Amino acid sequence: MSEPVVWLTIFILSVFVGTEVISKVSSTLHTPLMSGANAIHGIILLGAILVTGSSDNTAVLVVGFIAIVLAAVNMVGGFVVTDRMLQMFSRKKPKAVKKGADA
Amino acid sequence: MTPTWVQLVYLACAVCFILALKGLSGPKTARTGNLIGAAAAVVGIILPFIYLDLRHVWLIVAGIVVGAIGGVVGARKVQMTQMPQMVALFNGVGGGAASLVALLELQERLTAGSSIHWFILAATAFTIGVGAISFSGSAITFAKLQELMTSRPVVFPGLPVLFGGGFIAAVALAVLTVTGPNMTVAIILGVLGLLVGLLLVLPVGGADVPIVISLLNAFTGLTVAAGGYVLQNTLLLVAGTLVGASGTFLTLLMARAMGRSVTNILFGALKGGSTLGAGVASDRPVRSAGPEDVAILLGYADRVIIVPGYGLAVAQAQHTLRELVDVLIARGTKVDYAIHPVAGRMPGHMNVLLAEAQVPYEQLVEMDDINGEFKHADVALVVGANDVVNPAAKTTPGAPIYGMPILNADDAQQIVFLKRSMRPGFAGIENELLFDPKTTLLFGDAKESLGKLLNAVKAL
Repeated sequence: MSEPVVWLTIFILSVFVGTEVISKVSSTLHTPLMSGANAIHGIILLGAILVTGSSDNTAVLVVGFIAIVLAAVNMVGGFVVTDRMLQMFSRKKPKAVKKGADA
Repeated sequence: MTPTWVQLVYLACAVCFILALKGLSGPKTARTGNLIGAAAAVVGIILPFIYLDLRHVWLIVAGIVVGAIGGVVGARKVQMTQMPQMVALFNGVGGGAASLVALLELQERLTAGSSIHWFILAATAFTIGVGAISFSGSAITFAKLQELMTSRPVVFPGLPVLFGGGFIAAVALAVLTVTGPNMTVAIILGVLGLLVGLLLVLPVGGADVPIVISLLNAFTGLTVAAGGYVLQNTLLLVAGTLVGASGTFLTLLMARAMGRSVTNILFGALKGGSTLGAGVASDRPVRSAGPEDVAILLGYADRVIIVPGYGLAVAQAQHTLRELVDVLIARGTKVDYAIHPVAGRMPGHMNVLLAEAQVPYEQLVEMDDINGEFKHADVALVVGANDVVNPAAKTTPGAPIYGMPILNADDAQQIVFLKRSMRPGFAGIENELLFDPKTTLLFGDAKESLGKLLNAVKAL
């Protein structure tokens, strides 16, 4: 599995999936999409946990702790802020439907 | 070696990230998509605590708690108008974290003493360098949007040479890291990355800054992908690549919505072709009027189109505007909001801001659908917007915003601008429409002006 070509294959296929999956996004959603994608790369937190949890070197632990804090800010903050934005879109959605039903 | 069941769970998480992005690109599924992404991230984070005999668990948990609290507080406190810089900040810390992770992993591998494949070393160098670029670049975009520094392009003589030199030196250090890995070289590479990121973003100004945020977001994605290869972790590789690819695509979409190319956005100021405007107030004569006069214009119009801009949001006047629109509709006027794709500070930003004020979704009309309507409109009411109705984008080939699609407010019978002053917009260029004989200006804070207008219309 450490064969570089296998990793390259995953990488190239992911590039196509990544562009294909958002190709029809409307400009209304550009901001939340950017923010949501931003939150997803906060998964680097996993990497920070892996390196910090496998060392006993004090310097590594200090830097690792910083990396964990930064990555957690990215991940948690990213998802929360995206949800806050999207909440505003969906909140009036049911209202719009109701209005249509009344009319 | 990672157990197979863990690999499978990682795969499931990766699929969830794909579904999350897919969901985020449709209005009905967006919120669910985001939640799927968040759930997958949580599962991914918990896994190593289960299958590995992690050391320093409490230190790690403490770090996560501190970061999570910081993230939640920031995300909850931020005003919707400040959303772009918040995204920049979150993106920057992610890039910084990736850079640090790669440095630590290199340190571990060097201590372990076994030989490292050159491909892994190359990915390590990439993660360290580009992560640092993303960190410092995002910090500068944050400072620009938060107005901690000027939002105009910062160019000084020798900047291109310094940037070029820094970039070449960074590449050289990356090559050194691959041929003879050692920590000192890797750390200097990170520091150089910080410098390159700084110099990359300094010359970008005005309306281009949000596009750079999107680009740096893609950078961080690719950094995380490379970091995933370094750590031999498929979830990081797939998640990072997805974000890198979709982020790059989104950057191109945004740039196209503004009629600009990404190279022009990044390096335009060095050639003098960016959105670098004079930014000074003009003293040419304009026609201004009081709220009562404008109220009569609006109150007896059959068709009004509102062009909202960032100034509206800054004044927190969305709610007052909605009240005014409600009164007009009650009087029998047909009112729509014309939403330019880059109204606000980022594409789609204005939709978020108006949604916050609970403006009904049906009243928001996208540019291509409303542009033909302006010639039937009695009044185009421009509230805190400027560049998105500037005819220079169509008529003046030399103008920084030339080529950007604009709202045809100039086709309306009457145009009313609510403006604080004669200062030009974000792009820093003068708007000929302000001097048009059909144009009336109502000076003042958008919220106060709209409040006065509201009372005047009610009194009609």
